[in-house]
Amino acid sequence: MNIYVIMKRTFDTEEKIAIENGEISDDGVNFIINPYDEYAIEEAIKLRDDNDGEVTVVTVGEEEAEKELRTALAMGCDKAVLINNEDVEDYDQFSTTVILAKYFEDKEYDIILGGNVTMDNGTGQIGPRLAEKLGIAHVSTIVDLKLKGEKLTVERDAEGDAEVIEVSLPVIVTAQQGLNEPRYPSLPGIMKAKKKPLEVLELDDLDLDEDDAEGLTESVEVFLPPEKAAGKVLEGDMEDQVQELVKLLRTEAKVI
Amino acid sequence: MGSTTDKLIKGGAFVIDDLDLNRMFVPEDITDEQKMMAKTTEDYIRKEVLPHKEELEKQDLELTKKLLKKAGDLGLLGADVPEAYGGIGLDKISSSLITEKFAPAGSFSLSYGAHVGIGSLPIVLFGTEEQKKKYLPGLATGTKFAAYALTEPGSGSDARGAKATAKLNDEGTHYILNGEKQWITNSGFADVFVVYAKIDGEQFSAFIVEKEFVGVSTGAEEKKMGIKASSTRTLILEDVKVPKENLLGEAGRGHIIAFNILNIGRYKLAVGVVGACKRGLELAAKYANERKQFKQPIAKFSLIQNKLANMAVRTYATETSVYRTVGLFADRLDTFTEEDERDGKKVADAIAEYAIECSLNKVFASEALDFVADEAVQIHGGYGYMSEYEVETIYRDSRINRIFEGTNEINRLIVPGTLLKKAMKGELPLLQKAQTLQEELMMLMPEQPGVAPLDKEKYLLKNAKKIFLMVAGLGAQKFGKDLENEQELLSNVADIVGDIYTMESVIARAEKSLEKAGEAKSEHKLLMTEVFTQEAFQNIEKLAKESLAAIEEGDSLRMMLSALKKMTRFEPANLIEKKRRIAASVLAEERYTV
Repeated sequence: MNIYVIMKRTFDTEEKIAIENGEISDDGVNFIINPYDEYAIEEAIKLRDDNDGEVTVVTVGEEEAEKELRTALAMGCDKAVLINNEDVEDYDQFSTTVILAKYFEDKEYDIILGGNVTMDNGTGQIGPRLAEKLGIAHVSTIVDLKLKGEKLTVERDAEGDAEVIEVSLPVIVTAQQGLNEPRYPSLPGIMKAKKKPLEVLELDDLDLDEDDAEGLTESVEVFLPPEKAAGKVLEGDMEDQVQELVKLLRTEAKVI
Repeated sequence: MGSTTDKLIKGGAFVIDDLDLNRMFVPEDITDEQKMMAKTTEDYIRKEVLPHKEELEKQDLELTKKLLKKAGDLGLLGADVPEAYGGIGLDKISSSLITEKFAPAGSFSLSYGAHVGIGSLPIVLFGTEEQKKKYLPGLATGTKFAAYALTEPGSGSDARGAKATAKLNDEGTHYILNGEKQWITNSGFADVFVVYAKIDGEQFSAFIVEKEFVGVSTGAEEKKMGIKASSTRTLILEDVKVPKENLLGEAGRGHIIAFNILNIGRYKLAVGVVGACKRGLELAAKYANERKQFKQPIAKFSLIQNKLANMAVRTYATETSVYRTVGLFADRLDTFTEEDERDGKKVADAIAEYAIECSLNKVFASEALDFVADEAVQIHGGYGYMSEYEVETIYRDSRINRIFEGTNEINRLIVPGTLLKKAMKGELPLLQKAQTLQEELMMLMPEQPGVAPLDKEKYLLKNAKKIFLMVAGLGAQKFGKDLENEQELLSNVADIVGDIYTMESVIARAEKSLEKAGEAKSEHKLLMTEVFTQEAFQNIEKLAKESLAAIEEGDSLRMMLSALKKMTRFEPANLIEKKRRIAASVLAEERYTV
């Protein structure tokens, strides 16, 4: 079967975010595979191992994303594709979806896996929007997946409840934490990865004009959350403390 | 890298030659693939090992075996074993990175190190085809574990004084081994031991001894100051019948194997120390930011900052010189054909060429870690003395590094001894250089270094090399063959040589960074380089003064001291201010940073 994983390169979860000239600075930052996409990769590899076929991992991003693709190959994916988006000026989730949809247009796919959200922008839009464009089914936040013939049984995390869904292929599913425990690349895996095919595509190669991939949204402002102020300890009689607390909740916190 | 044999850098040549920058390996040269391997190791340690650290510290050897097996499944035990024998046959930079990343696991990393290093490597490098085929696949994948048995109750540094004996039986099929080997790491669970014994009480030789052979047993676990996760027992051999084909290397040539394995053990120890220093610094920086006294984090106090900077500088110096050394092996091994690579003796020779560098790294790294661990405890205050804090373990575990793989004293003596041997063999033109210098000394004029970044450091390095030649040359002249009895002098020379090696390493790394990344992005490296170089140079001056006073007297002493003075004249930089800036980066990142 033809298994695809859509993957994004994101900041390491331990990085501190800094803003420079109104944008998030990536100076000296460590990058990783988006952790939710790692679940998708792991699940794809397991699916392939149980059912035969091939796993292709696809990313839309800068040249540097090659590193994360190599990691995915080292984990066990068979092929990798990097679609370079550096020519698109105003980039948003719409852009990614247009590019991916164009890429998948002439592909044969049984299942496309991705992360439920990314650790950076966290919009969670790519899976559903891509499914819409490809005209296929989509199930989000999956925590379990079983394939029987052409039918896929998935369990999804519905705001804490479990929902079991049967769906036929082809389908896009997006992974929630708990789906599996992603493996890390073994050393032989890393050695093999350098011999596996990694294709770099420009928008031209997809017959796509960069204007058609321009984003539809505009970031008005980027700012860091306010620093957490020190807590306040009320003093005096219990009676006075309650009075003071109610007053503060009204005037300062403005929650009642 | 990838140069031809005649262009390869000779071991020890750094004391007289100028370094060609492009020939030095720096951690910035590490490839993405090598980083990926390091990351796999880090993930393995963080997810599989660290959650069990407490049980490991209580010496749960079954768990140790289980975790090592997992490492084997990931390929982490096969880095130094060629593919032909079930390993992965990685380059030495990769295998070093793996060793470095094991360090946060504490003394579990010692069980790993003893297995893949001194345990397995004698067979990798000196085994026959049959021995390699028989033992290596298991060792490389973690189904079998190895230990190395050299030390005896009565022979430590003097390894050839071993009392264990081997005698060929009348049928000529087996050697009968008898004796006791002491402080054998991994002995509690090892399946294969590399054991040294003297055939007929004379020919010092190595043997592969299996745990299952009749007559092999181990004593009780030793009670140790640190490295408590690792197993340390006595290996007892009572009329053990060892098949003749298990003789490792040639009869009577065991010292060749021991010498080579020690070299490797030394650089690998230094690589592990790099990881431990980074861990100590990270813990101390985090704690300094968290711990509040006098209503502020103690990180705000400049005396704490000063400590963190000193720790960072030594970590940087250790990392830089260790990877420079590994780069030297890698450079040499790069010229190897596939056939050469399978010939372990050639690999061992490539490393043995740098015996001096191996010893220097061992000494410098182990003392750097002692310093870092000590200051990490100090920054933790009373909490650092409590066992639930990791720095307490690091502190206890650190101490052994100055003792095993050859004490630091033995390693110090090896440095001038080997240099002298190389000079005598004509491999290094030391004597000629020393003579030229003596003439130069008479008309020496103090110089003024330039003001560009690293100008001063390069000037100090140049003079440090002259000081070495002066002290070593005068010492050799004065004492001749008796020089070997002047151990204090030899130790001083070793320290001067060590400081030169490390100074040159950090200067070259900073300069490479300046060229590639520019001044702004090299700031932290430049600061650490300036601090290290100035302090190392001041140390050299002190050592030289003490040495000259022991060699010369009267007018000739005064003359030499005045020459020394001219070579050591420079305007000191404000290190206090520089260290505050170094600490600022360390505290912001809460880890080792370059």
